[in-house]
Amino acid sequence: MTQDMAMASWPILSILIFLPSVGAIFILFLKKEETELIRWMGLGISLLVFLLSLYLPLTFDASNPGFQWVEKAVWIKTFGIGYYIGVDGISLLLVLLTTFITVVCMLASWRDTTKKLRAYTALFLFTETFSLGVFMAQDLFLFYVFWEAVLIPMVFIIGIWGGKRKLYSSIKFFLFTFLGSLFMLLGVLVIYQYHGSITGVYTFDSTILALTPLAPAVQFWVFIAFFLGFAVKVPMFPLHTWLPDAHTDAPTAGSIVLAAVLLKFGTYAFVRFSLPLLPNASMQFAPLMIAISLFALIYGALLTIAQKDMKKLIAYSSVSHMGLVMLGIFVLNIEGLKGGLMQMVNHGISTGALFLLVGMIYERTHTRMIGDYTGLFKHMPVYGVVFFIVMLSSMGIPSTNGFIGEILVLIGAFKAHWFYAVVVALGILLGAVYILWLFQRVFLGDYHYVGGRLKDLGLRETVTALSFIVLIFVIGLYPKPFLNVMDASFTKLISQMEQNYKKAELRGKTSNVTAGLSDNIAATVKETER
Amino acid sequence: MGLSGFNINLASVMPEILTTGLAIVVMVLDFFLDRKRKYLLGYLSIIGLLLILPVAVMTAEKTPSFGGTVMSDAFSAYFNVIFIISAVFTTLISVDYLKKTGLERGEYYYIILFATVGMMVMTSANDLINFYVGLELMALSFYILVAYRIGSSRSVEGALKYFVLGALSSGILLYGITFAYGATGSTNLNAIAAGVGGAEGPFLTLGFALIAVGFGFKVAAFPFHLWAPDVYEGAPTPVTAFLSIGSKAAAFAAFLRIFIVAFPGVQDQWSGMLWLLSAATMIFGSVAAISQKNIVRMLAYSSIAHAGIILIGFLIYSDIGTAGVMYYLLVYLFMNMGAFAVVAHLRDGKKGAVIGEKISDYRGLVSQHPILALLMALFIFSLAGIPPTGGFVAKFVVLSAAISAKYYWLASIGVATTVISLFFYAKVIFYMFMKESEVVSELPGTGVCFNIVLFCTAVGTIFLGIYPTPFIDLAMKAVKPFFM
Repeated sequence: MTQDMAMASWPILSILIFLPSVGAIFILFLKKEETELIRWMGLGISLLVFLLSLYLPLTFDASNPGFQWVEKAVWIKTFGIGYYIGVDGISLLLVLLTTFITVVCMLASWRDTTKKLRAYTALFLFTETFSLGVFMAQDLFLFYVFWEAVLIPMVFIIGIWGGKRKLYSSIKFFLFTFLGSLFMLLGVLVIYQYHGSITGVYTFDSTILALTPLAPAVQFWVFIAFFLGFAVKVPMFPLHTWLPDAHTDAPTAGSIVLAAVLLKFGTYAFVRFSLPLLPNASMQFAPLMIAISLFALIYGALLTIAQKDMKKLIAYSSVSHMGLVMLGIFVLNIEGLKGGLMQMVNHGISTGALFLLVGMIYERTHTRMIGDYTGLFKHMPVYGVVFFIVMLSSMGIPSTNGFIGEILVLIGAFKAHWFYAVVVALGILLGAVYILWLFQRVFLGDYHYVGGRLKDLGLRETVTALSFIVLIFVIGLYPKPFLNVMDASFTKLISQMEQNYKKAELRGKTSNVTAGLSDNIAATVKETER
Repeated sequence: MGLSGFNINLASVMPEILTTGLAIVVMVLDFFLDRKRKYLLGYLSIIGLLLILPVAVMTAEKTPSFGGTVMSDAFSAYFNVIFIISAVFTTLISVDYLKKTGLERGEYYYIILFATVGMMVMTSANDLINFYVGLELMALSFYILVAYRIGSSRSVEGALKYFVLGALSSGILLYGITFAYGATGSTNLNAIAAGVGGAEGPFLTLGFALIAVGFGFKVAAFPFHLWAPDVYEGAPTPVTAFLSIGSKAAAFAAFLRIFIVAFPGVQDQWSGMLWLLSAATMIFGSVAAISQKNIVRMLAYSSIAHAGIILIGFLIYSDIGTAGVMYYLLVYLFMNMGAFAVVAHLRDGKKGAVIGEKISDYRGLVSQHPILALLMALFIFSLAGIPPTGGFVAKFVVLSAAISAKYYWLASIGVATTVISLFFYAKVIFYMFMKESEVVSELPGTGVCFNIVLFCTAVGTIFLGIYPTPFIDLAMKAVKPFFM
């Protein structure tokens, strides 16, 4: 295991994780009145982190399936807990997405937020720290700490700077995710104890835990516990009800970070932990997961069509999009997995951009109802063009990033069963319906808005939006480097899954056999297993 | 047996002796100080306790003394440190608190010291009689402290309830001790363990069952919790903090020793009994807290729920479970003391100078006193068990012990009640941060003593969450001898 972990010469990952927090603490000590300085500090720190994170793709070794820039240290020795972080092909893109989105958040709230600006900026930087921690942690305990900790800044962001029903939405978000993740903690503890009792090695190190899979019967329960934790974050039907509320009531930047980064936690965790640690249960549950995903895909799209509030519309569209990601993961082939991961990134870009655009118009008019606007194209051509391109990306039109992800998932789904592909196609079609209809109602026709003529995008807004446009086309036209990055890691993941599947089957059988035999023989079987 | 058989070893009980001495000095000095300068006694007892702290640490060597009735070891040293620190914090908040409420009288300080001595005696007692003496010393001190606001009917009501129910529980406990003695022929814990042969019939069961009832009263476990909310609400807030931390830690420590040393032979029986107690306590505490409008009552029910979770570690009967109890109580000392310190600052004073004690009174605290609100949020998050605070690691240790001992259902109940408890914890945070206050009142500044407590408890709460290793190791080492 150790040879494929290139040790970093300097702790780049730790710096990436903790630099935002250090900056946040620094910002908290600034004077309240210096709003400009606070804004520039926030932007500067997030930009610095983003630029630093670009070091990762530059030095990434795409042929290495293991973790790179690994840092390992003992944290709580009694329990075998370590500070173990690393990035591989699966997490690299998500790390970059996180650092990019945080910069966008700073820009998006430039004029939007004036109340308690220090705390606001600091909370976003804390969110970045914990999110990066989630994507980098390879120790289950560390992962859990980051996973839970990210709740704290997010709840405050929604609850303090949120919209109409901010209290209701933030407590709902808090309770849903807290409930799920505590059961996940129980699952983690079961894996830990089980592994310890078999091998005598008590550790939370996920790479070591993955070497000795659990017996299938145990996997079954652990999978359910993990499912409760992860599915809430995805969010999967029927645990998705917190999402429209939280997204709608969060401030613009909060919605962006929720949609682009936090929703990825769940799907990422399924790939990272459920598949290699619980291969048998994953296969056993795959049909159910696929069924739920397909249902969410159609159901989410139908719900979206009915929305009258633009922000709510985009929020509901996430349910549908994330259904597609989950489907890609649980068809359990390499195309599906790659498509799923690609789609996570794409969803981060397109939905993040949509929330940003809706936030821009909301800033001007303080209404998000679709019925309040028509023909915006006439007076806001730049806004209209940007919206149009993002819309194409969200629909998955060829030459945009959305297409790459969707086609891969489609191939993966078709490989698994032709029927899945039919449903996916239908879901994608419905996705086109709601977004096109939204565009038609808001941008086309004669200009009408109660408040008169609206100003088009300013320089800051254009730059922010352009960064998304660039990404949409870069990934859409030249996806190869992005797909290359994940190749080796996914190939390894799948072979590891297969190996673990067999090992666990064997364990399941031997334990059944030995149940009837004398203790003596059982002990020797256990010995040989070691 | 000659005098040598008693193996009198004063060094092993040095913390107890010194604390008693300190209490007596404070008591005598009380006569010579006028009313305005009683706070000097508080400072004196703080300095004294801080000087005793290293002595308490040094008595971690395992030494049975006084004919085997006293056992000072790493376990008792660990808890002695908890008692001393909580007494120091309590006294520190009290100095400002008593000034604010006009209750400055000297006996307050030395009664706290006597309560501390009682806790220490309980924890190092290796004999049921000795244990009972310590328990009564602690309880009597608390009866007085709870009734300290004699002008307030709530205080007197709380004290009366506490006295009547406390006396009842002591009686039941004593009754249990007599049965244990009758069944095994000794009150010494080791002798009881040796005497358990399986032929005692129902008397031994009756013995430890009744002892468990007494224990339930002391840690406010359901259904013996009835006194707790009223007493917590009525007592002066620093006393409430001391009661919920010190007396609970002492009860857990003493009963841990009794059950583990004296009754390992019937472990499956008492574990089953405590299983029910633990599950019921967790569920009841967290559900009942939801509807509370008064923050002190809410914290009272929350402390009941915490007792339920600590009980999980208690009943598992393994080194990791017992160490979990010890670690939990250490974290609980910091987070609960911090929360009560904030509450003590905001309630009980002249009208207009304080916010009050309803949870809704905390509305918009962040704009009036951002640091106080931030610290309160930290303590609340820790009580709710959210990382990276100490409360999370404490829950983690206990739950992981439960999983390793295959108590899956109990662990699940623990998790479910933790989620329920988020309802009422989050409520405080929501009021403080997300609702604007209607009336802007000038809050008095926090005094130096108060700031010291807030700072220490906040640092402790975070530190125990980020770097728990040395303390868990300490606890593991302390409980190792019990499970050899």
